[in-house]
Amino acid sequence: MKFGVVVFPGSNCDHDAWHAAGRVAGHEAEFLWHNDATVRGVDCVILPGGFSYGDYLRCGAIAKFSPVMEAVKRHAREGGLVLGICNGFQILTECGLLPGALIRNRGLNFICKPVRLRVETSNSPFTCAYEKGQEAVIPIAHGEGCYVADERTLDELEAEDRIAFRYLENPNGSLRDIAGILNRERNVLGMMPHPERAVEPLLGSSDGLGVFHSLARCFAERAR
Amino acid sequence: MSEITPEIVAAHSITPDEYERIVSILGREPNLTELGIFSVMWSEHCSYKSSRVHLKKLPTRGRHVVQGPGENAGIVSLGRDAEGQEWCIAFKIESHNHPSFIEPFQGAATGVGGILRDIFTMGARPIAVMDALRFGPLDDEATGARNRRILDGVVHGIAHYGNCFGVPTVGGETVFEPSYSGNPLVNVFALGIAHRDKIFYGRACGVGNPVIYVGARTGRDGIHGATMASGEFTEESKQKRPNVQVGDPFMEKLLLEACLEAMETGAVAGIQDMGAAGLTCSTCEMGSRAGTGIEIDLMHVPQREEGMTPYEIMLSESQERMLLVAHQGREQEVLEVFRKWGLDARIIGHVTGDGMMRVKNHGVVVAEIPSRQLADEAPVYHRPYTKPLREVPLEAPEFASADLTADLFTLAGSQDLCDKRWIWEQYDFMVRTNTVLGPGGDAAVLRIKETGTMIAMSLDGNGRYCYLDPREGTKLIVAECARNLACVGAEPVGATNNLNFGNPERPEIMAQIVEAIEGMAEACEFFETPITGGNVSLYNETLGEAIFPTPVIGLVGTMPLMEPPGTGFRAPGRAIYLIGGTGEADEIRMGGTQYAKQVLNRLWGLPPQLDMQLEKRVQAAVREMVREGAVESAHDISDGGLAWCLAECTFPRETGARVELDADLRPELLLFHEGPSRVVVSTAQPALVEQIAARHGAPAVRIGETGGSELVICNRGAELIRARVRDLKRRWCTALEEWLHAGQEIHA
Repeated sequence: MKFGVVVFPGSNCDHDAWHAAGRVAGHEAEFLWHNDATVRGVDCVILPGGFSYGDYLRCGAIAKFSPVMEAVKRHAREGGLVLGICNGFQILTECGLLPGALIRNRGLNFICKPVRLRVETSNSPFTCAYEKGQEAVIPIAHGEGCYVADERTLDELEAEDRIAFRYLENPNGSLRDIAGILNRERNVLGMMPHPERAVEPLLGSSDGLGVFHSLARCFAERAR
Repeated sequence: MSEITPEIVAAHSITPDEYERIVSILGREPNLTELGIFSVMWSEHCSYKSSRVHLKKLPTRGRHVVQGPGENAGIVSLGRDAEGQEWCIAFKIESHNHPSFIEPFQGAATGVGGILRDIFTMGARPIAVMDALRFGPLDDEATGARNRRILDGVVHGIAHYGNCFGVPTVGGETVFEPSYSGNPLVNVFALGIAHRDKIFYGRACGVGNPVIYVGARTGRDGIHGATMASGEFTEESKQKRPNVQVGDPFMEKLLLEACLEAMETGAVAGIQDMGAAGLTCSTCEMGSRAGTGIEIDLMHVPQREEGMTPYEIMLSESQERMLLVAHQGREQEVLEVFRKWGLDARIIGHVTGDGMMRVKNHGVVVAEIPSRQLADEAPVYHRPYTKPLREVPLEAPEFASADLTADLFTLAGSQDLCDKRWIWEQYDFMVRTNTVLGPGGDAAVLRIKETGTMIAMSLDGNGRYCYLDPREGTKLIVAECARNLACVGAEPVGATNNLNFGNPERPEIMAQIVEAIEGMAEACEFFETPITGGNVSLYNETLGEAIFPTPVIGLVGTMPLMEPPGTGFRAPGRAIYLIGGTGEADEIRMGGTQYAKQVLNRLWGLPPQLDMQLEKRVQAAVREMVREGAVESAHDISDGGLAWCLAECTFPRETGARVELDADLRPELLLFHEGPSRVVVSTAQPALVEQIAARHGAPAVRIGETGGSELVICNRGAELIRARVRDLKRRWCTALEEWLHAGQEIHA
């Protein structure tokens, strides 16, 4: 299975995602340049954390106009896998691949810390290696991670089992404790916590490895 | 060209003697631009003219040192990876004290930006930052509101810059003292990793090589304050801007990636960032180091506004700019990389063989100065010094505690000792996925992916100790820093220092500087921690009141890949040992402790006594215990003494402890004296701990056992302290936010 990690000029978790998917989880992983309108045939695109184009305007607001995002949207439409982490999640909501928006944390400050999550569904390519209801400790690091959407959208997300992760102790004011959501087709996941930071016990947790294991398992099944 | 009057010279803070020297170097009178150039290069900040003769006393060589002081950052070797490639770390500390007082957010942000550029200009990718912060008391009636605002701005500034750039802020320290009310300190310690063969220097090598300007456009921000006082200057300048630089971390991130990529091409001959004194400093220093000259034409310099004079362009301190020398004929490769990252890059001149820094504007020479004399032959002052300033008694006041447990709660809720989580949770301390131990412990530990080993970093200062005795105080800081590294299992390999003091023209302040440097030299020699670079920040005074002398040391150590113990007790039923013993103390040596400060509100006497031989043995013993996996936790005793150290050990897992001491000291001293060379460890293998301690000749006293929900400390059967861990921890956790919000309720 091949991962492609998009590099926006202000991405700063690109190496971490590459390290997690490639070195730790043992998959093929390469970088995709923001100015190239192609995902070069990878199986899963990762939109990593960071500050894509500085994000002085609104997180992800400029990234959605980048050439690579045209290719990412096409990839998603064709059923390809897309994982947006932190800034990647913000970009996915900005470009309409996922509903809702991420606004300033309720406490107004940037927060970096490991948080406890509950895996809300194992019915997705990103979470099938977890048990539904399982707890996972994965770090967050964001200033604008408060997930908001209108009531109808939130109800829909719940009804369609599209909430992938919830916070057990809501750190940022996200509605309904939402930490990560899927699109309707379940091939696009956006999440504020950083699974790539939780793949090695030495660094405190390997609970995020499940995301990469899930993707590998799903990919193997698809190939069969 | 206008004539230089004595008033203009004085407005540039140049003494008549210095002016004579300028005239003799040039063989003529300088013009205004040249005077401005001399004034910044010969400023205290750039030339270290007051401290230089004393800085020479510091040890700078060591087994692992690749590059000592004089470059943008010091470099230490980490050794080779499995494929035989040698990796190095580049690190340095720098202050941004004054700007952080004027404008806390931007001051601190650009402080982070400046030191990061120093690191990546060497070819090293920054992988960690730590900060030493000093503020006035948050509850002071007169200055509290301002102090709170400064703290808030500084923390947000550091977070804004570091988080966006993508470097983890892995630790630091925050201390409060009235002397910092008018002079907060913001010292930023940054570290990066580089390939030994791809280290770059700030040298303008190769006559004829093109000189390239990269990054943000030059504006009027940060122009030397002296210019504001020049009447001559007012007519030329359309607009006055305050001397505050504005940081753009996204631009810095682009610069980082583009510079590292340009360096990979092999087309870069030398590179230096434009920090203090901007274009002036980079052109003359690069020429001076290489024994060459640089000629530039300002018409090629990208400018943010119209009508800038040569004076302004040369002295601008606009952020996020670099000066780079490319190999002739390969400049297009370099320009191509910068285009890819969307950055302005222009050829503004070339390297010459005549040793002159020659600045033209539209072909007309506007400044022409020999690089070497400008950069390296700044005046050096042997400033007179007497006895270090200290205006407190030697003798101790009478003191006796009514309730030792209550005293422990007072320490837990104090501004210095309380939990700083509110600060460090605003910093991304995990990005780059190397952080093994982050903020809140004795030292930060980072895994190094390139070598499969680890490094540890610690940062310490103690203004109270140094005020009481600058020499002994500074030695204590070095010892503590090294002890912090021992607690995580690391061996020190190099150090960087930031010397924060008041006005060196006052002999009693100069004496603080001299004694602190000599103490640092002695301790760094002894602990084998060569100083590979650093920073001096003087004139930290407001209305004649100087800050406490505040030398800050950043230490780096190396260690094998392993899981280091934390500071906290991990499980009940473990033996607690005090490595180093209960130590010695008397009333006079209690005067600089946190107990004296927080409980008694007094300062007197002397700092704790340091026995460097014992310290070294204790550190060696603890380091081996940690590396052998003999201990489950290790935490050194420093601020707050033994009782506070034990309290902190109980917090992470809320694991209590029962401690039985057997000492002659009276309770206040026994519990709260800050005698060094002591570490509290918990272990499931007591025999092994005793064996290792014995082998190193370090005392190891079994003082109790972990377990329960309380911290109980007794001496010879008498109960001194009994506290519920949960209550004490709550006091510790909530205090900082209470201090920060205290003022708001009054105003609401």
